[in-house]
Amino acid sequence: MYKYDAYDKTIVAERVAQFRDQTQRYLEGKLTDAEFLPLRLQNGLYIQRFAPMLRVAIPYGMVSAKQIRKLAEISRQFDKGYVHFSTRQNVQYNWPKLEKVPDILAELATVEMHAIQTSGNCIRNTTTDQFAGVAADELVDPRPYCEIIRQWSTFHPEFAYLPRKFKIAINGAKQDRAAVQVHDIGLHAQQNDQGELGFRVLVGGGLGRTPMIGTEICDFLPERHLLTYLEAILRVYNRYGRRDNKYKARIKILVKALGADAFRAKVEAEWQHLKDGPQTLTEAEVTRISQHFSSPDYADLPVENTQLQQDLQQDPNFRHWYERNVTAHKVPGYAIATLSLKATAQAPGDASDQQLEAAADLAEQFSFGEIRVSHQQNLVLADVQQDHLYTLWQEALRFGFATPNIGLLTDVICCPGGDFCALANAKSLPIAEAIQRRFDDLDYLHDIGDLDLNISGCMNACGHHHVGHIGILGVDKKGAEFYQVQLGGSAYNDASLGKILGPSFARDVMPDVITSIIDVYLAHRTSEELFIDTYRRIGIQPFKDRVYASNN
Amino acid sequence: MPVIIKNQKVISDTYTFYSSYTSGDVLAERSIIPIDDFLANPTQFEQHSGSLGVWLDSHHEPEVLSSYIHQLAVIAINFPSFTDGRGYSIARVLRERLGYQGELRAVGDILHDQLFYLKRCGFDAFKLHAEKDPEEALRGLNAFSISYQGASDHPQPLFRRRLH
Ligand code: HEM
Ligand code: SF4
Repeated sequence: MYKYDAYDKTIVAERVAQFRDQTQRYLEGKLTDAEFLPLRLQNGLYIQRFAPMLRVAIPYGMVSAKQIRKLAEISRQFDKGYVHFSTRQNVQYNWPKLEKVPDILAELATVEMHAIQTSGNCIRNTTTDQFAGVAADELVDPRPYCEIIRQWSTFHPEFAYLPRKFKIAINGAKQDRAAVQVHDIGLHAQQNDQGELGFRVLVGGGLGRTPMIGTEICDFLPERHLLTYLEAILRVYNRYGRRDNKYKARIKILVKALGADAFRAKVEAEWQHLKDGPQTLTEAEVTRISQHFSSPDYADLPVENTQLQQDLQQDPNFRHWYERNVTAHKVPGYAIATLSLKATAQAPGDASDQQLEAAADLAEQFSFGEIRVSHQQNLVLADVQQDHLYTLWQEALRFGFATPNIGLLTDVICCPGGDFCALANAKSLPIAEAIQRRFDDLDYLHDIGDLDLNISGCMNACGHHHVGHIGILGVDKKGAEFYQVQLGGSAYNDASLGKILGPSFARDVMPDVITSIIDVYLAHRTSEELFIDTYRRIGIQPFKDRVYASNN
Repeated sequence: MPVIIKNQKVISDTYTFYSSYTSGDVLAERSIIPIDDFLANPTQFEQHSGSLGVWLDSHHEPEVLSSYIHQLAVIAINFPSFTDGRGYSIARVLRERLGYQGELRAVGDILHDQLFYLKRCGFDAFKLHAEKDPEEALRGLNAFSISYQGASDHPQPLFRRRLH
C-alpha cells in the first residue's frame, strides 16, 4: 500500500491548515455562501438534508487496518457511530458539524487520509478494480498508475475549476471490474505485442442525466506519456467544455458535440505541445511508486488445500458463502474474500463503528492488515490463506458481514436517496430493503445467480441504475415518490445502458415487480444462462408483458 | 488609488483599464484595452509611447496574440465568475507555449483562495474586486509549500525534483 513520505505529509497538513482558515473566515462572514461552496466541496463537504455530509477519500479503494480504526473512532467522536462506503470507493459521514470538520481532517491526517477533491468540479478520486494486484485474471497492476494520477491531480492548479466534476477509472484485468466505460476517462492498462506497458484510453463515458458509454480515442498510449496525455484531454475539456448549463457540462457532452474524431484531433494537437515535456513519466518514478505495491510476504502453499475442501464438504452454509464471496487469487493457496455490507435492513454500504473495528482486526489477522473498498460498496480482504477461510467466515458471521450474496440480487448498489440527499426525488434505501426481504431465501437467490440490482433516488445516478442488469430510478410524479425500472444495463466488458421497461410504479409494488421480472427470467433461461444473457436473447417485451399484466 | 497584488506585495495600479476602445481615442500613458479592439488594427498602437496591454475574456483564444507577445507589457485575463476556470489554461498557454514574459494579470471575480493556483499557472499580478481585502488575500498566494505537478512557476514535477 502507498505510504506517505515527508512531501505527502506536508501537503496534507497544509491543506488542513488551509481549510481551517477557510472555515473560520466563512463562520466570521468574510466568505459568502457562494464563495465557500467550491472550497468546501473540493474538501468533500456537502450541505445535505439534515446536516453537512463529509466525503473522505480512499484513494482507489485501498485502506489499512489502522486507517479503518481511525474512521471508526471519528464516527464515534464526531458522528453517529457509522459510515457509508460509496460507489466511488470513498467513505462518507452523514452527520458531522461544519465547525468540527477541520478537526476531523486533522484526525484523518494522522493516518495519512484526507478529503481532498472528493467533490467539486475538479479531478476526483481515481477508482480501480477492488482485486487489483491479486486477481487471477490481471494483466497489469493498475494501482501504481492510480497513485501517479492521484499525485498529479492533487491540487492541480489548472484543473480546479473545470466545467464539471471529472472522474478517472483504471482497470488492468481481463474482466473490467472498475466500470471504466462509464467514466469521464477510462483507462485499460495493458501490454502491447512488444511487451511495452500502456493504456487504451476511453473518454466521455458517464451516468447522470445523459448516460453514455465512453469512446476510444487512443488504442495504445505508452506508459511514459500517461500524464501529458491526460493533461491534454483535461486542457481541451477545460477550455471548450460547456459552462452555460451544468447538465451539459460533462466531458461526454463535448465529445458528443464535436464527434470522437474531432475531439481526438483537438487532444492530439494539444498533446503535441506537451508530449515529451517535463511531466513525461520516468522509469525511476514508475519504479519508485510501484515499490509501494509490491506483493506481501506470501507463504509457500499447495494449490489445493485439503483443510478447505473438508470445511466446504462439512458445512453447507460455509459453502454458500465460499461460492459467492470468495474469488480466485493469483497466488497458490490464497483467496480473496469479500465482506458483504449488504445484510438485509442494513443500508447498502453502511458499516457501524464496531464493524469497522472488526474489519480492521480481521484484516490484521488474515490479510496483511489491508482492506479494499469495492465500487459495489463492499469490503475486501485480498490476501487470505485458503485454510483460514473457515475461521474468517465464522468471525465475519459474528459481525454481520458474512451475507453470502456477492454479485447476487440482494448485493444492491444504492445511493443514500431521499433519506439523506437533498436532490432526491424518492427514497432508495427502503426499496433496497423491501427487495432484500422478498428475496431472503438463499437457495432461491443463489439459483437466480449473478444479477446486479442498482438503485438511484434521482437521475443523477449515484447508484449507477443505468448499468444495473436491473436498474431502479426514483422519480417524482406530482409530488409522490415513484420508481422507474430499467433492464439490460451492464458495467462490465460488455457495458450497456438499461432500457426503460415502461411507466413507473408505486413503492409498495416494487418487490412484486422484481419478482415478476425474475419469474420471466427463470421461465425462459436455458441451463447456466445468466439474467443478462437471457434478457439479451429474448428482449424486453416478455418482461414488459408480464410485469404490466400482473402489477397494474 | 486602486491597487493590485504584484510580486507578493500590494502596490498601486498604474494602468488605466478600458472596457472598450474606439480607434482614435487618446490612450493614457499606461493602458489596458480589449483584445478585439487591439486586434482590429494592431499597427495603430505601434506609435503609442507608453506601455500597452490587452485584456481578454475567458472565451478568447490566447493563440491569436502569438505575433504580438513581445510588444505587450501586460496581458490581463478576466474571470467573469470565479468558477470559470478557463483563464488558468489561457495563462499556461501564454506563458509556456507562446513564451509571454510580461505582466500576466488576473482581473475580475478572483478570490483569496485561488491565488495560489493562479500564481502556479503563470499569473504574477492580481486585481481583486474593490471590496476584497488585498492584504489578507496575500496569504492565499502561498497556501502550499510543495506541489506534485509541474506548472508555469515550476515546470518540473516533484518526481523530477525530489531528493530521494
Ligand atoms: C448525498 C449527497 C450526494 C449528492 C448531493 C450527489 C450529487 C450528485 C450529482 C449532482 C451527480 C450528477 C453529476 C453529473 O452527472 O454531472 C452525481 C453523480 C454521481 N454520484 Fe453522487 N451525490 C451524492 C452522494 C453520492 C453517494 C453516496 C455516492 C456513492 C454511493 C455517489 C456516487 C455518484 C456517482 C458514482 C455518480 C455517477 C455518475 C457520473 O458521474 O457519471 N454520490 N452525484
Ligand atoms: S442519485 Fe440523486 S438521490 Fe441519490 S444520492 Fe445521487 S443525487 Fe442524491
